[in-house]
Amino acid sequence: MTESENRDYNEFIKGIWRDNPVFVQVLGMCPMLAVTNSAINAIAMGGATLFVLVGSSFLVAAFKKLIPKQVRISCFIIIIATFVTVADYTLLALVPGVHKELGAFIPLIVANCMILGRQEAFASKNTVRLSVMDALGMSTGFVIALFTLGAVREILGAGSLFGISLFGAAWEPWVIMILPPGGFLTLGLILLVFNWMTHRKQMFMEKVAEAQRSGS
Amino acid sequence: MQELFWIFISSLLINNFVLTYFLGICPFLGVSNSLETSFRLGLATTFVMLVTALCAWVLNTYLLIYAPYLRLISFIVVIASTVQFIEMLIKKLSPALFRALGIFLPLITTNCAILGLAIFSTNRGYGFMEGITYALGAGLGFTIAMVLLAGLREESELSDVPALIEGTAMNLIIAGILSMAFMGFAGLFSST
Repeated sequence: MTESENRDYNEFIKGIWRDNPVFVQVLGMCPMLAVTNSAINAIAMGGATLFVLVGSSFLVAAFKKLIPKQVRISCFIIIIATFVTVADYTLLALVPGVHKELGAFIPLIVANCMILGRQEAFASKNTVRLSVMDALGMSTGFVIALFTLGAVREILGAGSLFGISLFGAAWEPWVIMILPPGGFLTLGLILLVFNWMTHRKQMFMEKVAEAQRSGS
Repeated sequence: MQELFWIFISSLLINNFVLTYFLGICPFLGVSNSLETSFRLGLATTFVMLVTALCAWVLNTYLLIYAPYLRLISFIVVIASTVQFIEMLIKKLSPALFRALGIFLPLITTNCAILGLAIFSTNRGYGFMEGITYALGAGLGFTIAMVLLAGLREESELSDVPALIEGTAMNLIIAGILSMAFMGFAGLFSST
């Protein structure tokens, strides 16, 4: 692997785990909670966000020298809004059913702070290639988070995944999970598990460091 | 008149923007660490919502019937410039309030509750009075949710919680319980 490929890989992989936009940076929570009552909605929302983030990162990185510093936020927002409009009409043409269910939350991708955050923190300072890799990584991380939450809520709340029943008729669905409170509770518990894993890793690293010290 | 009242109550309690529609979660989780600031931010957001509802009505009636695909872009430009304008106005009129609000004022632009309000009231075809009432109810509902969470968080800071759950995880679980409580308001309408 050459050095530049290595850099690409690093920018891509950091969004999935180390800097995951949802679990670590806690950004983009509104669409995250609102549309994850079923796995298929979560995937559609993730796809739309991926398209918008990659497209706007590409444009922002390509035109970063032309955008005046004082009005950069407005420029970013207008670029993002354009891509969201494209995604909105595309989904309406391809999958009208899902589009209807997601409703107002497709246009609301504009106000997803994760997307604006990536433009401000990364794409406006880096090359086109790295920005696209960063956008791909971040949105993959976002899709994974959306899918996890959507799958957990659909399995517990409706006893099915992608509309296919999993447990048979005897399963009593936890209706609360597909209602709004379920979103908050599930995400809270997932974050708790994430904290616990980080904590365990830290403890492990400390032990390793101590063993090394006493060994030498 | 009665219909306006229902719109107000519905956006204030039953379909609370934060706890039922998940709009404006970022400031809801980020800024709610003290009662004082969350109350002020809530009022500032309510004000921006009222102005946005007014602008959205003007845009919908005069511009967007000719070019519906410009809806999103024109809304976001209106919101961004309203926030900018209010920022300058407050800075000029009351420097003390400006300092108190600090960074939260420009951040209102990326609050999805504002854009959500404009889109929802367009989708439902609200007229002028309905739009303004809806905005007032939604803004005050946002303030109520913020103040409730801030109060609970201030309380929980004094109590002994496990280190693992502290921070966002606990706030989300508190918000989940609050949201469950707000589901009780859904019964308000069923009898009518």
